Amino acid sequence: MQQLLQGEPCPDQAVNGLMPHLLHQLHAIQQQYRYIPTQQSKQVSETLQLPLAQIESVIDFYSFFTRTPRGQYTLLFSNCTSCGDLALMRELCQLLKVEQGITRTDGLVSIDETSCIGMCDHGASLLINDRVIAHLDSTRLKQIAEYIESKTPLDQWSPELFSINTQIYKKGLLLEQPLEQGSALTAAFKLGSDALIQTLKQSGLRGRGGAGFTTGMKWEFCRQAQGAQHYVVCNADEGEPGTFKDRILLTDHAHELFEGMTVAAYALGAQQGYLYLRGEYRYLVPHIQQVLTERRQQQLLGQNILGQQGFTFDIELVVGAGAYICGEESALLESLEQKRGVPRIRPPFPVTHGYLGQPTVVNNVETFVAAAHIVSKGANWFKAHGTEQSAGSKLLSISGDCTKAGIYEYAFGVTVQQVLDDCGASDAQAVQVGGPSGTLVHRKDFGRQLAFEDLATGGSIMIYGQQRDLLKVVRNFTHFFAHESCGFCTPCRVGTPLLRKYLDKIEAGHGTAYDREEMARLAKLVKKRSHCGLGQTAANPILDLLEHFPHVCEQRLLHQEYEPFFNLDAALETTRQLSHRDDAEAHLA
Amino acid sequence: MMTNKVRVATTSLAGCFGCHMSFLDMDERLVGLLEHVEFDRSPLTDIKHCQPCDIGLVEGGLCNAENVHVLREFRNNCKILIAVGACAINGGVPAMRNHYEVQECLQEAYLNGVGVDNPMIPSDPELPLLLSKVHPLHEVVRVDYYLPGCPPSGDAFYAILSDLLAGREPSLSKTMLHYD
Ligand SMILES: Cc1cc2nc3c(=O)[nH]c(=O)nc-3n(C[C@H](O)[C@H](O)[C@H](O)COP(=O)(O)O)c2cc1C
Ligand code: SF4
Ligand code: SF4
Repeated sequence: MQQLLQGEPCPDQAVNGLMPHLLHQLHAIQQQYRYIPTQQSKQVSETLQLPLAQIESVIDFYSFFTRTPRGQYTLLFSNCTSCGDLALMRELCQLLKVEQGITRTDGLVSIDETSCIGMCDHGASLLINDRVIAHLDSTRLKQIAEYIESKTPLDQWSPELFSINTQIYKKGLLLEQPLEQGSALTAAFKLGSDALIQTLKQSGLRGRGGAGFTTGMKWEFCRQAQGAQHYVVCNADEGEPGTFKDRILLTDHAHELFEGMTVAAYALGAQQGYLYLRGEYRYLVPHIQQVLTERRQQQLLGQNILGQQGFTFDIELVVGAGAYICGEESALLESLEQKRGVPRIRPPFPVTHGYLGQPTVVNNVETFVAAAHIVSKGANWFKAHGTEQSAGSKLLSISGDCTKAGIYEYAFGVTVQQVLDDCGASDAQAVQVGGPSGTLVHRKDFGRQLAFEDLATGGSIMIYGQQRDLLKVVRNFTHFFAHESCGFCTPCRVGTPLLRKYLDKIEAGHGTAYDREEMARLAKLVKKRSHCGLGQTAANPILDLLEHFPHVCEQRLLHQEYEPFFNLDAALETTRQLSHRDDAEAHLA
Repeated sequence: MMTNKVRVATTSLAGCFGCHMSFLDMDERLVGLLEHVEFDRSPLTDIKHCQPCDIGLVEGGLCNAENVHVLREFRNNCKILIAVGACAINGGVPAMRNHYEVQECLQEAYLNGVGVDNPMIPSDPELPLLLSKVHPLHEVVRVDYYLPGCPPSGDAFYAILSDLLAGREPSLSKTMLHYD
């Protein structure tokens, strides 16, 4: 065991230059010990000068940190409808004689599930000690089991297992012509910050992370806000199930992303930027660090960038630890500040009170890439594409029941049907646009357009063929939200598990019309009363299902007035045994 | 005993009677209420079993077999069933045992606890058996309305009863739902 530990360098040491940050410290400890021992928490508390209570609350908040040991090989199977297959997880559990969620007694291996890991175009996938294995099937599982039983260090596993090769099927505005390094910056210097922001506003660029706020306006508000420092933050949390387009941008277009962030820094007068990367993409860290180093060498980052006197800017990378809510911008900022990722009360918005209370621009990866292109090529080049209210193009991550899962870039305004035709989805009964928090679209509505004014999407397109049980799909999403709720506000913390309970009951064939009505009532309440976007969208799948696919639910219902949530007589079994009773009173019909 | 009065039954299951105490906080308004209301099974009357009623108020969740029988009796007899208080709605304080196995609870209480004499888990058929977990009411019968609070205020009781007596759909003002 000891050898195995030494055989595998701790990634945070291997990748030098990851800044001191609570999440990074905890990750290194988790890697080394497979959990966070109290003694280590105390040490971190001393080195980072943070209260122990804060350290422990952070450990409990993020799903990749544990207080009890996980296995030397920690496997987390995605449970997403596109890149998850829990039957395969159970198969591997059997091969390795381990129970889900319980570390094997020899400490060698633990297996559990986790929310979507963004490998939706690669079929069933898992994380193993921060690395990704995709295209899982029985053969691969056997191979994995053998490596684990023989304690082979991950570095010596067949590299083929770890290969991730995403297909880009359709290139548009952004992907067609890569930007020459430094060209957007040169253009920005020529324009000056005011004209630069005007250009962005004229281009009509709206945020690509989901909410669609006008980017030029966001930058302008931030620029106008008073503060000792201004910050530029890139949201690379990409947690919405079914989304993986930021992963491709980070892999193949990182220069353009950083160029966009640097242009933003120039516009705002910011000196420091952060890229917040989801923990699931940790395998990308060496690559991203490499690109940052190159840019420093080329004077595209650092002091007096490209000879522009006084323009100093650099970017640090912060890696998350398994929490979907950290994609919400204010939760992300909390996480950057080494705290639990709990969404802030807004207003004030990050543009005036962001990172460390200072004016901050938070944008999605794709938004920064698009901004770089626009500054370099002009507002009209961009505005000429897309629709009136949704200028330009959108990267789509397409997965599910189609023959060509991968990345597609379309001008806004494309219909769902067109997309389906292009990716080889001939028998779709429904498409989930924008991930679980988006819209479940019935085939009769496939003529609708992808655009902010019709079907908004952060880029997730999940396709469900005729064979799919939509109730299972919606149940999967509902479980996702209940799991990812941060627990801050009651409507979501209590409401999402209740929705899960109703849906489980209906799926198991124990639901009645009364349960359906109660669930619908609760769904509306959760949507209306929750504090942040997570809770406000968590009930969308249920509401969409009830509205557009009523028969899917109806078919499962019992035709009686009421059915209890559990088997009453079975609930007495333990106490019957403990008291050695079997009289009539010891039973419930 | 035919009257035009609305018949109301109340009971406490796995609760602390705090909700019933709060019911009494309607104070002198109870007098006015009694002109329209007649109590059936309730700690106030000591009637042991429900007759057909209009409204049933149930405090507390379900922790044992007897709770289930009483709740079913209420559901079978009451046109409108109201889950009263946090315990009835969510399980509340008694449901804190849900973090443990029922076996652990019994062992702690009857075998291993401090000061236990003659340790044994009771088996008298007179004693209702515990359910493996504590449940809220709506997991065992259909519930018509929920009156939240721990306990709901006397004002809240008065509001829901007045609404029902007047034939209105009950609704509580925001202040009655604000607890801090
Ligand atoms: C629960 C939740 C998760 C989110 N996840 C992401 C995410 O992973 N990536 C992202 O860019 N935006 C995400 N957002 C949206 C962000 O809050 C924010 O609007 C966005 O980062 C702003 O950038 P943009 O204007 O460039 O879109 C999420 C929002 C919510 C409510
Ligand atoms: S809605 Fe959910 S995720 Fe958002 S703050 Fe409330 S509990 Fe947290
Ligand atoms: S809700 Fe509160 S007052 Fe009412 S029974 Fe439960 S603990 Fe007692």
